[in-house]
Parts: sequence; structure tokens; C-alpha cells
Amino acid sequence: MRSWITSWPVYRQLTGGDPLGRGAAVRSPHTDDAAPRTEQADRVVGSVCPYCAVGCGQRVYVSQVNGTDTVTQIEGDPDSPVSRGRLCPKGAASRQLVTHAGRQTKVLYRRPNGSEWESLGLDQAMDMIADRVIKVRQETWQESDQGKQVRRTLGIASLGGATLDNEENYLIKKLWTALGAIQIENQARI
Amino acid sequence: MQRPVADVVAEAGYDDPPERVGFFTDTSVCIGCKACEVACKEWNALPGDVSGDSWASGAASLSAAPPDALALTGMSYDNTGQLGADSWRHVAFIEQQVPAGHGTALALADDVAESDGTRWLMASDVCKHCTHAACLDVCPTGALVRTEFGTVIVQPDICNGCAYCVSACPFGVIDRREDDGRAWKCTMCYDRLRGGLEPACAKACPTDSIQFGPLDELRAAAAARLDELHEAGEASARLYGEDPDDGIGGAAAFFLLLDEPEVYGLPPDPVVTTRDLAAMWRWAGGAAAMLAAGTVAVFARSRV
Amino acid sequence: MNADCIVIAGSNMAECHPVAFQWVTEAKRRGATVIHVDPRFTRTSALASKYVPVRAGSDIVFLGALVNHVLSGGHEFRDYVTAYTNAADMLPDEFTDTEDGGGVFSGYDPHTRTYDNSSWQPTGERDLTLTHPRCVFQVLKRHFARYTPDLVERACGIEPRDFAAIADAVVANSGRERTTAWVYAVGWTQHTTGVQHIRTAAILQLLLGNMGRPGGGILALRGHASIQGSTDIPTLFHLLPGYLPMPAADDADLNGYLTRLPDTGFWGNKRAYMVSLLKAWFGDAATTGNDFCFDRLPRITGEHGTYRTVLDMIDGKVKGYFLMGQNPAVGSAGARLQRLAMANLDWLVVRDLTLIESATFWRDGPEIATGELATEQIATEVFFLPAASHVEKDGTFTNTQRMLQWHHKALDPPGDARSELWFMYHLGKKIRARLAGSGITEDAVLDLTWDYPEVGEHADPDASAVLREINGTGPDGRALDGFAQLAADGSTACGCWIYSGCYGGGENQTARRVPWQQQSWVAPQWGWAWPANRRILYNRASADPAGKPWSEKKAYVWWDAEAGSWTGHDVPDFERSKPPGFSPEPGASGPMALGGSDPFIMMHDGKGALFVPSGLVDGPLPAHYEPAESPVGNAVYKQGASPVSELYPEHKMTRDQLAPGPSEPAGLVYPYVLTTYRLTEHHTAGGMSRTLSRLAELQPEMFCEVSPALAAARGLENGGWATIVSARAAIEARVLVTRRIRPLRLPGEGVIHQVGLPYHWGGNGLVTGDSANDLLPFALDPNVFIQESKVATCDIRPGRRPRGAALDVLVAKYRHSAGLPDLPDNRPGGGVS
Repeated sequence: MRSWITSWPVYRQLTGGDPLGRGAAVRSPHTDDAAPRTEQADRVVGSVCPYCAVGCGQRVYVSQVNGTDTVTQIEGDPDSPVSRGRLCPKGAASRQLVTHAGRQTKVLYRRPNGSEWESLGLDQAMDMIADRVIKVRQETWQESDQGKQVRRTLGIASLGGATLDNEENYLIKKLWTALGAIQIENQARI
Repeated sequence: MQRPVADVVAEAGYDDPPERVGFFTDTSVCIGCKACEVACKEWNALPGDVSGDSWASGAASLSAAPPDALALTGMSYDNTGQLGADSWRHVAFIEQQVPAGHGTALALADDVAESDGTRWLMASDVCKHCTHAACLDVCPTGALVRTEFGTVIVQPDICNGCAYCVSACPFGVIDRREDDGRAWKCTMCYDRLRGGLEPACAKACPTDSIQFGPLDELRAAAAARLDELHEAGEASARLYGEDPDDGIGGAAAFFLLLDEPEVYGLPPDPVVTTRDLAAMWRWAGGAAAMLAAGTVAVFARSRV
Repeated sequence: MNADCIVIAGSNMAECHPVAFQWVTEAKRRGATVIHVDPRFTRTSALASKYVPVRAGSDIVFLGALVNHVLSGGHEFRDYVTAYTNAADMLPDEFTDTEDGGGVFSGYDPHTRTYDNSSWQPTGERDLTLTHPRCVFQVLKRHFARYTPDLVERACGIEPRDFAAIADAVVANSGRERTTAWVYAVGWTQHTTGVQHIRTAAILQLLLGNMGRPGGGILALRGHASIQGSTDIPTLFHLLPGYLPMPAADDADLNGYLTRLPDTGFWGNKRAYMVSLLKAWFGDAATTGNDFCFDRLPRITGEHGTYRTVLDMIDGKVKGYFLMGQNPAVGSAGARLQRLAMANLDWLVVRDLTLIESATFWRDGPEIATGELATEQIATEVFFLPAASHVEKDGTFTNTQRMLQWHHKALDPPGDARSELWFMYHLGKKIRARLAGSGITEDAVLDLTWDYPEVGEHADPDASAVLREINGTGPDGRALDGFAQLAADGSTACGCWIYSGCYGGGENQTARRVPWQQQSWVAPQWGWAWPANRRILYNRASADPAGKPWSEKKAYVWWDAEAGSWTGHDVPDFERSKPPGFSPEPGASGPMALGGSDPFIMMHDGKGALFVPSGLVDGPLPAHYEPAESPVGNAVYKQGASPVSELYPEHKMTRDQLAPGPSEPAGLVYPYVLTTYRLTEHHTAGGMSRTLSRLAELQPEMFCEVSPALAAARGLENGGWATIVSARAAIEARVLVTRRIRPLRLPGEGVIHQVGLPYHWGGNGLVTGDSANDLLPFALDPNVFIQESKVATCDIRPGRRPRGAALDVLVAKYRHSAGLPDLPDNRPGGGVS
């Protein structure tokens, strides 16, 4: 009880150094408890901004929220010689990019001539795509062109890579090339 | 006219407080990127973050028209408009035609103005955290409070939405939020300051247009920068809100401007609206009974 | 930033690379001059010391005139030019210049619209006095002699005193003691003459001695987190990792293929690079006996770029299409054709964070609204697979300075979302299992090394194992320390030779994060830059031929005679122990064929190329051509537009895609220049910004920027609506009337109005709008097949565009006025053939 009374603003105002009641005497629990939420993060991970190619350093703060790992803050990494902790508006919005409600998290399927999306399991989708790749490859396989060996398919094309990791581009190029697909392109041409 | 206040922090009852801190916003290097606006909203979790299934799901139409709020203002690149309950930083964009020799150039003698005369001023506005803060003076509940850093914040667990502060602010900074009725404004990231971090806007600012630090150091930096610009021929450069003798006793968030304050939408000579109110508060003892009732009521609510 | 002068042209750095711009503002504060040359006064211009407006598509005239200014005024850095460039090379008598050939070089065949470059080849003699009329230096002088300030005014709309101010600033800030940097982005590349823009800048910088030196160079600011990486490890049709060319049908075997690369300089080790790549991909299946599986690789036959592929889709040749983090329905030129192409596929796989327009075109694309397409008639089967974000996977991005930075996985992706690494790896596993199960034994896919460790709940392939494969391993399986260790005998494997060393010492060098305050200003211990962790390429050129810094102020790397090695602030881009005086043996190959003062070690002769005898299909020297669509004629040559740009005139969808030129009677139907661009608040096609409230609210609507004069002429009101019509499409936008867009007065041509159009909008997301890319043609640079999105012609009129089929009627009406036939459509079973 006593501690409650001593924390009572009017008591503090009348007895402390803030007789006008504008500072220490009228601080609320919310104010007294204020601390950066990043201090409570379960982990902090070094990252790189996913927007342009400047490559600004980011720190990603992850906490458990309702039992789920959640990104609670992304801000600039002050150690980075590229960015020195600074971010542009896009970089500063990175937390929203990875957490926003508009992110699609389920596989969707639109059948030929269909008018709606349908749901589809991820593994089933992967099976269906693998079947289609093999089928198109067989049907459009070109062993030679004007008498010269080309061993390829012009039936499969791929676009994307500039927003992806080097390791991902590597596997894309490696697998598609082995499959004989050559129309492999990305934003660098656009 | 205004009683000089040597140390608002000590006067607010803080023993051995940290240095008073502030923002120096050097608009001469602002690139109008609005990183400050976004970083502020992200850190302070200001409304506008999309949650739930309000716009996108696999089956929902994604081509609905944008809500009315998301419309182009037609005011250069400013679509935020003003500071408000949900916008604690606001970047103003001012497109000007200026006389020859007075263009964007800060270094070249034969500058662009000779042939063009286009100038595009950009400036990130924010709560000034006044030395004499009218919002603080008029708040009947003690929701507005001077912190140990010398900043002025609204305590959301105290504010009852009376809005006296809204009309008291000489800069029109404070605003009530539609849904909860309470007053909101920049806290200079009070929670971050308590953790030894700089405010989110200053940290993000790509060109260091927003500088954060001890007020004394900022004032010295601002004076040096002003000299630099004057030497470079930018005669209209000036500081705003930095003078402790002005009508608000100096702002903890002050600016380097390249034109008259009015051009940026800032009052040229802001005066604390409660000049005479301070005397009234000396009767604090007398007022205590009334205040106590209100405070207890608010406390009781906030503890449920 | 160590530059004394920074010229930003073809880039809006403050808006598109704001955080990098901090170094420009700091350099300026230290006294550097910052110049911005751009069609629009942007947020970059606002901070520049000097802004100069320029007509979009006239940059070669502007840059060429600077070259002329340097050469005619004797401002070149003569010691640098003589020693480090091919200025002294002698050209054969057969070479004729555009100045003598009506705007084309010798070797041009107007029927095939191609060049035979045999007459461009140097004779092998050199004239170190640079005085012989056939030496490159003199040819260059004559070539650019007509690029005068007067021509700059007529072609670019730049006033002579503005040009003089820039020329003086660039010259005054170049030489031994000072350096000038040029900064560009897609404002230079997205043209039918894009490569030659960069070439002109390269000539200028070589003449001024600004290459390979601190504060110098030509800095390309790239727009995506790993667009540099996706060029180094190319998801591009014409390349293999490390800029090895993709095999073509004419490459019968490995030996024949390798003859396409130089024997001298660092490309001389080409066999080691290529064999190591084949070993990385095919492992034990790659042997000396089978040419290391070289014939497993598919062959290209000419061009297979993304725009041609789209036309092939329209023709039904392409059945399946993967989109991984790209949104061509909004983000690629000729967006209508992009959507028509996707509507003609058998199946489409879209992997992204949100339901982008390319995933939903069959339901709500603009062609559904006009009736050109009907949902139930689109037979494309569409799979949407949600992607993981950057915080949900391990991996590296390569930034615009060639630096690889590892980003750590912070948490698992939500729901079905997976990384591309997961997708490609598991798709590969499934395909391999099916092929093996069907009894096939002979197949490149089955020969692949495809056995990465799986980690975590979703069996993600270990990204660090993939990076290690990219780095390369030796016979003992240990990670290599650099490409110098690569062998041509099959004993080493390396997925991308220029990245070798990124896992040096068995450690992930890309994950290094030593704070910048704790290391030198070059910051070599943050991430890892290719090649060999060098931060400035060709930095041998920062020292004079004798190995001494050109000046103490600009010292970077130098020869330490006592130690017998190169040293300095950065990793020297030179063989460590090759002394400055080294002279190669006649007939030497590889790096040993280069002398001790040949800094450009990737060139066969170690010299910076003022003149490019091979490798470019549109000429050995830059020449100004008008854009594919332009309201003015070519002020320099009889030849108007590029004689060799790729316009696909043979295809029905692109045959009549261009508006008539200014000399044709109907040339005024589309009288204005349009230019497209980005805003700070958004990202490319909008999938990562229009979906976020924090960004969407900052720039909520598609708009166009016009000058007060054009607004008055066309009845446009600030904040109102305008319809912009090109020969391809019509879109609407809100109007911003601004003095930042200035009409250009071209003597002899009159006033040219330019219309600015950000290209971020599409039909999905929190904020929606029409796509600027709908307006653009398929008009490409013939070297690299990038599209001309920085300039086309249009009309602009007040009010919103018509809805439904009436939109097509409006476009058709304009086309008829211009003497063009109706746009061919691509309705299933119908259309124009």
C-alpha cells in the first residue's frame, strides 16, 4: 500500500522536486516502463536490405509473439561501411514487407479456363510442376538445329533472379541448363 | 518577456538527469525520401499497418479502388499533408521559382539558377519539444510530461482526450486520434532513449539531415553548418527554433532552413500560448485536490 | 567518396539509391562539385551543385562533346592515355568512320541490319606519338570533332554556358591530383544505344585518367538487391557463371568453344575456369574422356532474350514459364504483349510474396476489361507458390559494388512459403527421381551434382554448401582460396570462377561483419567483393607505369620495390610480384602475356579500350542515333535511329509498333517525349511496395509530370486526370504540373515537351493504377537486348481514359491518324496474321 501511495502523482508532486507537476511527479507506469522492444528480442540477425543494390546492412529482431516467431523490428546496421545504419523508406518498411497481411502464404491453383483460384497442397503442386517440366521437355526437345547439335528445349522459359540470392540463381541456372532450357532471364535485361 | 528557464529538466523534478537532447534537422541536405516518416511509424507502431484480411487473400479481389485516404494530394511529392496523431514526422516539399543566382547551388558560383531558377525545398517537420511547452502547461491530467531528457511526451495511459493541448500548441503538432480520442505526437522515441538508442527517424535518415544528440552539441553543429552555408553564398539560410530567447524558450527540435519559416508552413515567431499560465501553476497546492481526483480516476481506469 | 567532382547522369541517385547518396552529400560538403544531368529536376537535382536538363535519348551527343572538348583542348591525361589505353593502336585503311559513311561504320549490311567487324581490327602496329592519322587517338579526334557545344544545344537542349560549366568542372577535377566520378543507372542503359552511352563515358574517363583510381570510375547503380549477382551467376540466356559465354550451336567441342575467349590476359586461363565449372556441375561424370560433359550443355542460336521469348509465347512455341520474383505484366516494356503471351501458355508458375499482376492477369488484367481476353478462354494453367522473404532464408546478395553480403535466416517462412533455393532443389530432386524411375540413364540432369545437405523442418538445402560449391574446391575437397588455384585438368571444381575465394580458408567470407569503425576506409573486412576481395577494379592504374602513385593525394596501390610486390590500401588488381618493368616474352599466353604496366588485365592487351574492335555489334565507337521513337531528326547523321537496334520487324505483334518519325507526314500524332522512372517510395513493378501501407500511402496514385507550358497547351490541371496515348496503348494518370519539368528549346526543332511517368503501378495491391510500361515498344539495344524505356513518343490529353472496349477504339483512332494499321490482337483462334 505504501508503495502505491508514494507512486501516486499528487503525493510525488507535493513531496518531490516537481511542484508544478510537469515531470517526475506525474510519470505514469507506461512511461516508467518504457524501454526499446528490441531489448526483449529473442535473437538479432544480421541481414541485408532486399530492395535496391546498395546493400544496406540490416538487423532483424525476432521475438515470440503468441507462441510464434515474429519479426518485431528491422533497422539499419550501424556497423555497415556501406550504410552506417541508415535506411531509405523502403528499407525502413522491411518489417512490414515480411509481416504484412497481404502476403500470400498458401499455394493457389488456377485450372485451364478456370475463373477462380483453388487450393492445392505444396507437395502436390511440386509433383504437378515436375510432371509438366518433363512432359514439355520431351515434347519440345530439339537435338539439333540446322544440322548442329543444340540439345535443348525452347518450350520452357524462366524470368527472375535479380531479387534472389546468388545461391538461388546458381541452382536455377544449373538445373535449367541441365534440362536444356536456355530462355533463362532476369531483370538485368529489363 | 518570458521568464528564462535555465534548466527545464531540473525544474521538472529530475535529480541528476542525462543531458538534454534534441533534433537538429538540417534541411539543406534533406532528399525528401521520407525514411523518417516510415521509420517513425514502424518503430512506434502507428496505425496504418495493414493487418488481418482487409485487402488481400487468395479469393478476394485485389483490384478494389484505394481508400479515399490514399489519394494524391497534388502538392508536389507530399502526400502526408501535415503532422498528426498518426504522422509524427512530415516531410514538406516546396517547389519554388527563385531569382537567378539563388538556385539549388550551394557550391558553384555559376549555378543552375542562371538558366533555370528552380528550387525544391524539402524539410522533415516534427514536434519541437519546446522549452516552454504550452501543451504541458495546459494539460489538466498530467498526461503531458517533461522527461528526464528534456523532451515532452504524451502519456497514453493518462491522457483522457480533453484536447486542451491540441489548441495550445503554437505549431499545430498535437492531434487527437479519431478512434481512441487521445492525443498523440512525437515522443522523440522515449523508449529508445531510455535504452540508449537514438530515435528511429534520426537513425534512418540517409543523409544525416536529421541529427540527434545533446542539445548543446547540436547547437554548435548547427552554428558551424550555418556559417558554412553563408560562406558558400546561401545567404537565406537560417536557424529556426534554436534561440533560447525566442517565444518558446527555444526548441529541442530545431531546424536549418533555406527560406522564411512560412514557406515551410512554420509560424515565423512562435509564442508559447500559455505565457500567463505558468503563474497559475504556482498554485499547484491549491489545485492539487482537483487534480488528485482526476488523476486517481485515470489511474483506476488504467489499472484494470 | 574521394571524388573531387561527381557527375550523376542517367541516374536519379538521391531517389533511387538514397542511402548511397549520403556519400555524395558528404563529398559535396568537403568541397566536391556535384552535377546532375537529367530530363527532370529530381530530388537529386535539388541537392546538386548544378543541374542541367537534357532531352531524353541525346546523351551520346552530350558525352561525345565532352570527349571532343578534352581532345580538342589537349586536356587528356597524356601519360595515362599513352601507357594504359589503346590510343596508339593503328587501324587499317579499310576502316571508315560514321563521319565518312553517312552515319554507319564500314562493314554494314543494310539487308541484315548487321555489321561485319573485320575492317575494325587493329593492324598490330602502335604509334606512341599518337600522331599518325590512322592511330586510334587521331581517329577518335576526328570522330568526335562534330560533337560541339552548338550540336549539344541543338540535340540535347543544353545551353552552351551550361555545357561549358560542366566541361570545365570535369577537366579541372581530373588529372594527377584530382579525380572525377561518373554515376549512372538505367537512365543510360535503357536505350537502343544503351551500351554506347557507357562506352562514351568510358572513353571520357580513360582520356582523363579517371579509371582504376580512388574517386574516379564509372559507377553503375543497380536497382535490385542481387541484380549484380544474377549477372555474375547469370540467370541470363547468353552467359554461364563468371561471364563465360553460353555455348552456341557452332561450338562443336570444348576446344572450339574456348577459342571464342582471349588467349592473353586473365581470360587466358579460360580452360581452368570452364573445366572447373563443368566439374562443379557434373562431378564425377565430367572426365577428360568426355570433354568434361561439355556436350551436355544446351546451345544457343542467336538471341533468346526475354522480349523475343515473349513473342515466342505469342507464337505458341513456349509452353511453360516460371516467374520468380518478377512481374512482367507491370514491369516489362510492352506490358500488353507480356500479358497476351502469358495468356497463351500451357502453364505458368509464379513465385512471389504476394499475388502480383502476373499471377492474376487471367482474371483482372487490363485486357479482360477491354474484352480482348476473356477469362474462360485463357487456357493457361497457373500455379502460385508463395516465396520466402530475405529474412526467412540464408544466402548472399551481391551489391552494386560487386560485394557479396551474407544475410542470415531469422525465422522460418510462413505457411507454404519457401525459398527459391528450396524450390529449385526439390523440383530438381523430383525431376531426377522421375527420370531415373523411367529407366533413362543418359541425361544431363541425372549427371548433375545435386546432393546438398538438407537442414530444418522443411529440408532446405544448405545455402552455405551451395556457396562453397560456387567458391570451388580442390582435389582434397577443401575450399579454394581463389581462382588462381583453378586447374584445367579436372582436379578442381568451381561454380563461378570470379567468386572463388568467397569461401576462402573454408570460412564464409561473405558473412564477415567487422564494424567499419574498426578497419581502414576501404573496409575490406566487411563482406567479400569479387574478384579476390578487390574494392576498386583495375587499381594498378592508380599508379604510374613505374609503379608510383600518380600523386600522394590519390595513392591507392603501388609497387614496393624492396618487398618485390604490389601493395596499398586495397588488394592490388595485378599479379602481386610482377614488377612494373616486366616485359612479356613474345608468344606468351595468359597473364604472362601482359606487361608490368598493363593494368586492364581482363583485356587481351591489358589496355583500356578507347576503340573496341570486337564485342560490340553496333560499332567500335559511339555514335549518336535518335531513339527508336523520337519527335526530332538526327542532328548528327543522315542515319536517324540506330541502324542495328532490335525492333523485331518480322513479327506481327511488333511490325507496326512504332510511331512514325518526324519527317513523315503523320509525325505529329504523338508529338511529346515520354520517359519512365522510379520514385523513392516505391520499388519497380510495385509488388514489394504497393502492397505495404507504409509505402503505398506516401505515393498513392499513378501520376504524370508535365511542365506548366504543356499543361496550358493541353488543358491539363494539377491534381486532375490525363490520358497518355502511345502507338501501343493509352493509360491514365493524375497530373502533377511542375516547373521541375522544363520544355527544351532546340534551335531548328522548336520546343520539345517531355512527360514524366513513374512505372510502379498496376491493378493489384493497396494502391492501384495504370502501368506506364503498357505504352512502350519492344525496341532493344542490339548488344545486350535491353529495352528502350527511357524514351518514346506520346500524346497527352485531359481527362480519364475510356473504359472497356472504348479504350482500344481510342488507341486505334490515334493509330489511324498516324497511318498505322490496327494493333494486331492475339485472341485464341483469331487475330491478325
